[in-house]
Amino acid sequence: MTTRTVHLAGHNGDEIEAYVAQPTGAAPRGGVVVIHHMPGWDRATKEITRRFAELGYDAVCPNLYWREAPGAAPDDAAATARAQGGVPDERLVGDVGGAAALLRSLPTSNGKVGVIGYCSGGRQSVLAACSLDLDAAVDCYGAFVTGTPPEGSPFRSNLVPLLPQLRAPLLGLFGTEDKSPSPEQVSELDTLLTEHGKTHEFHSYDDAGHGFFAVDRAMYRVAAANDGWVRIADFYAAHLGG
Amino acid sequence: MCTYATSRAAVSGSAKGPNGRWFHVTGATVYFDHPVHALAEHTLNIDLSNPTGGPSARVALELTAESARALVVAIEEALAAAGSGALVD
Repeated sequence: MTTRTVHLAGHNGDEIEAYVAQPTGAAPRGGVVVIHHMPGWDRATKEITRRFAELGYDAVCPNLYWREAPGAAPDDAAATARAQGGVPDERLVGDVGGAAALLRSLPTSNGKVGVIGYCSGGRQSVLAACSLDLDAAVDCYGAFVTGTPPEGSPFRSNLVPLLPQLRAPLLGLFGTEDKSPSPEQVSELDTLLTEHGKTHEFHSYDDAGHGFFAVDRAMYRVAAANDGWVRIADFYAAHLGG
Repeated sequence: MCTYATSRAAVSGSAKGPNGRWFHVTGATVYFDHPVHALAEHTLNIDLSNPTGGPSARVALELTAESARALVVAIEEALAAAGSGALVD
């Protein structure tokens, strides 16, 4: 595996920082865009990015807070971005599009790119898959895909109006103890996707709430995370393989 | 959960921040969400900052909900003890 930090052309051609992890060897393979959680482009998210390389994919994680806080510590960057209102949806789509283009430009690319996001990134993963040509999307406990964002949130609306435009199969991984998204909101999303004829696969874990993949935080739930990783590996193997 | 709700307040004062240096603070951002460091699933988080000093010009607090409420009470008590004069700079 090789890793490096690069700069790629994001929304409006803005140059943003990104972390890239690639398996060794020249065999054609799919790519994965990792959307970091609200706490930012941190060490744990880079570890997730490396895990996708270990699974056999070229992976890239753009720093969504680069514009607000270039070079800052991840927690300081997250606080700065939060104080300034968060990442606008339009900008997110442009940045993920730039990351997907980078993956498809690699000599090892088989042309297929998936996206995955955690926490706020879960919602952003669905948003990207409704807006860009992607081949698979994973939503890990993203809030306000359905439901109503609160006053003062960075999200002006939920994603319900966009769901008919979903262009990729969606894997959703949730905790039944989560309140955002609540089990009711997950159920609503499941129903809407079924009504729209969208391919999707949802798994909700008992004894898990929000953030159960976060190995460095108190919400980590090993059983849910381990099973979730198996689901992700199977899902991407089915949709991003050669 | 992520509440995603963020409250902001303009403040004026000083805080001791990175590298042990005091700096003038102009803003407070308050939200109930995941902590970076505290061993709790959710905390009441306060960032006291001065944006002109860059992202690192910040003092961050992550308090359990119970201790955040206790802090609010303590602040109110301290201001009340100072009397009406506390409301005037």
